[in-house]
Amino acid sequence: MIEKALKGNSNYWMWLAFLTAFIAVGAICYLRQFFLGMYLTGMGRDLSWGLYISQFTFLVGVAAGGLMLVLPYYVHNYKVFGRITILGEFLAIGALVMCLMFIMADIGQPLRGLNMILHPTPNSMLFWDMCVLLGYLGLNVICGWVILTAERKQVKPPKWVYIFVYISIPFAVSIHTVTAMLYCGLPGRHFWLSAITAPRFLASAFAAGPALIVIACLIMKRVAHFDAGKEAINKLTTIIMYAALINAFFVCMEFFVGYYSNIPGHMHSLQYLFFGLEHNGHVYNNLVPFMWSSVLLCFGGLGLFAYMKIANVYSDLMVGVGCAAVFIALWLDKGLGFVMGGLVVNPLEEIVEYYPTANEIGITLGIWATGFLLVTVLYKIAVGVEHEVEA
Amino acid sequence: MYNKRFIIPGLAILVLIVTFPLWFNAFSKASAVPKPELPPGGEKQCVASIPEMRASHMVMLNEWRDAVLRDEDRVAVTVNGKEYRKGLQMACMQCHSNKEKFCDSCHEYASVKPYCWDCHLTPAVLATKKETH
Amino acid sequence: MDKQRRKFLKIAGVTALAGLSAPAVIKLTSSPALASSETPGEAAGHAAPAEAHGAEGHGAEQAAHTGVRLGMLIDMRKLYGRPDLMDKATAACHKVHNVPHIENKKNEIKWLWHAPFENVFPEHSSYHESKVTAENDFMVLCNHCDEPPCVRVCPTKATFRDEKTGIVAMDFHRCIGCRFCMMGCPYGARSFNWMDPRPYIKEYNADFPTRMRGVVEKCNFCGERLALGQEPACVEAVKEVGAFVFGDLNDPNSEIRQRLDQDHTIQRKPSLGTKPSVFYIV
Repeated sequence: MIEKALKGNSNYWMWLAFLTAFIAVGAICYLRQFFLGMYLTGMGRDLSWGLYISQFTFLVGVAAGGLMLVLPYYVHNYKVFGRITILGEFLAIGALVMCLMFIMADIGQPLRGLNMILHPTPNSMLFWDMCVLLGYLGLNVICGWVILTAERKQVKPPKWVYIFVYISIPFAVSIHTVTAMLYCGLPGRHFWLSAITAPRFLASAFAAGPALIVIACLIMKRVAHFDAGKEAINKLTTIIMYAALINAFFVCMEFFVGYYSNIPGHMHSLQYLFFGLEHNGHVYNNLVPFMWSSVLLCFGGLGLFAYMKIANVYSDLMVGVGCAAVFIALWLDKGLGFVMGGLVVNPLEEIVEYYPTANEIGITLGIWATGFLLVTVLYKIAVGVEHEVEA
Repeated sequence: MYNKRFIIPGLAILVLIVTFPLWFNAFSKASAVPKPELPPGGEKQCVASIPEMRASHMVMLNEWRDAVLRDEDRVAVTVNGKEYRKGLQMACMQCHSNKEKFCDSCHEYASVKPYCWDCHLTPAVLATKKETH
Repeated sequence: MDKQRRKFLKIAGVTALAGLSAPAVIKLTSSPALASSETPGEAAGHAAPAEAHGAEGHGAEQAAHTGVRLGMLIDMRKLYGRPDLMDKATAACHKVHNVPHIENKKNEIKWLWHAPFENVFPEHSSYHESKVTAENDFMVLCNHCDEPPCVRVCPTKATFRDEKTGIVAMDFHRCIGCRFCMMGCPYGARSFNWMDPRPYIKEYNADFPTRMRGVVEKCNFCGERLALGQEPACVEAVKEVGAFVFGDLNDPNSEIRQRLDQDHTIQRKPSLGTKPSVFYIV
């Protein structure tokens, strides 16, 4: 089936070349970091996790978001998602590969990465995160490939693959839960030490993942004659709305607990993210514009969807804009604010702000480009198979 | 055979590439088998026989490392009545003070790059920033 | 596809998976006693008795660990108005352990340092603080917790609690540099080697290695000096005023226990349940 990815029009190749340029820059940046050291990043003694880990966290969510297609189709037999379920699985593969790359970019001794397996440590959440991420990646590769192969041959997928499909459902939940557990079990990190972290991660994942799939569907409708169907897109926007609303509700609960209890540690990060934190006469507020953009984009996107539902209108443009708004909003919230907001006050209650360096951003973009390239190729194969079956 | 004129030269190039290490070595000046320099202090005896040390010093170093660092087992090793501390920088290097002529001579020949020296200080490196008093 | 080949590929795939996961499974199920493989020359070392400290069975995870639990009492009264002594202790520690001196605050590495009261004890009120606490800095170092969160989160056991001494130690050989321990530590005691530390070390101490870039480091309670019967470097450095008292917290007759009986002491962030082994008299 891979041959389907080797035949494409000039736009396809231009897009791949565009991504490859970013990958090349990212690779050079990574080699610099590998040979010179991680002082090339903006991370430091107090802010020792940064852009890499926050991207990782966000992308685990994107990977888990595919569940919103798999679950209705396989468990509730919701046939409308039949054509696009494979997109959820392939998106998960791309997102998980990005996750693993971000982890490798983040660790100081990548050549010793196998120590995680050679010295397994069940009390570390990172060990379990590795287990579930690799497990989920394997499940998606198996399910996606086998089901697509069966579709191409126009036979029913073999029965055994459904076992893996059903296992992948709790796995999708577990990858983001365990990723949340990396954060929410740390004493002294007040912003993260919240039982709602994992549910909040899941809620935002179930909005961000499907939003990206909808955007991909709309693009493929224009460039690859692949129509997911209006009903499927509409249903997905409903799912995105509810998930994003639940996420917003959880954020509001964090605000209530922090500000009503009036416990400084619980307010610091929210204060920093949304209003600016005053300390020794200096106001630290780097992320304030980003977080308010997140709020506006999220409610803007939700408003647009609500208008479409109430007025019973539909346009690809409105759906696309709404999904892009929600996706960017959730990226700002989780891919930027969550990690950096949680770390801005160090254990000695000093305030240190984070400025990612150009090298670090180069690596980050390179990894995103790699993921997009992988997803493009996988989607090309999936769409190619659909066309072949239809023809 | 179809495409004979592509396949046969292609095969020939493949064989050449695969056997590159062999004929490269055959034609290049063969490097001499290294002769590591013995300790300058004239020590003749080590914690184990030469063949054993040659074959498995790295295993032993790893076990010493774990014993000292992780199991708080710093008890010295006694061989033929002589005590040896467990350690690299603070034990092995006391006799084998010539890392460049002892360790490196074989490691370079075998193209192994142990990361010991990223942290552990050799007498030569120590001499570059010696305590002044 | 040819049936035979399919079958072969299936079996090969399953075998490869099993092979990949085998080390983890074996490691998780085997006890350390079974895992030792004797090497020539080392037999003598194994046969010799273990350390003099008789660590009593640490099998049961009780409220507090039994056996030796090394701790430190910092009598700040002896250091008030004497920042020179605090710097002296820091200098001694950093020299003994080849800790690099990196000016840039982002990349700096420190094992023992001093900071204002409000930073060291953020859980204690600094509102209308006394002149003495407002004007003086307080010593900061790894707390060598009895329930260390850094050890709990480390994915490779590169940082671990030494059962024979209670020291929370680092195995730099094993650290993969994920910095999860720095997230777990609520005391900011850990530093990461963002760059090669060697150019920033003024004078090498021949009795301790340096570190490489990409690993985390912190105070080790001078485990290597204790093994030689020496005191921790900071204790020795300010011996003249006796500001640091070091000893076994589980031994009722130790000097540190008697000093703890005498005076009221405080700890950093006791509410987090980490059970620090460093006490302060302020």
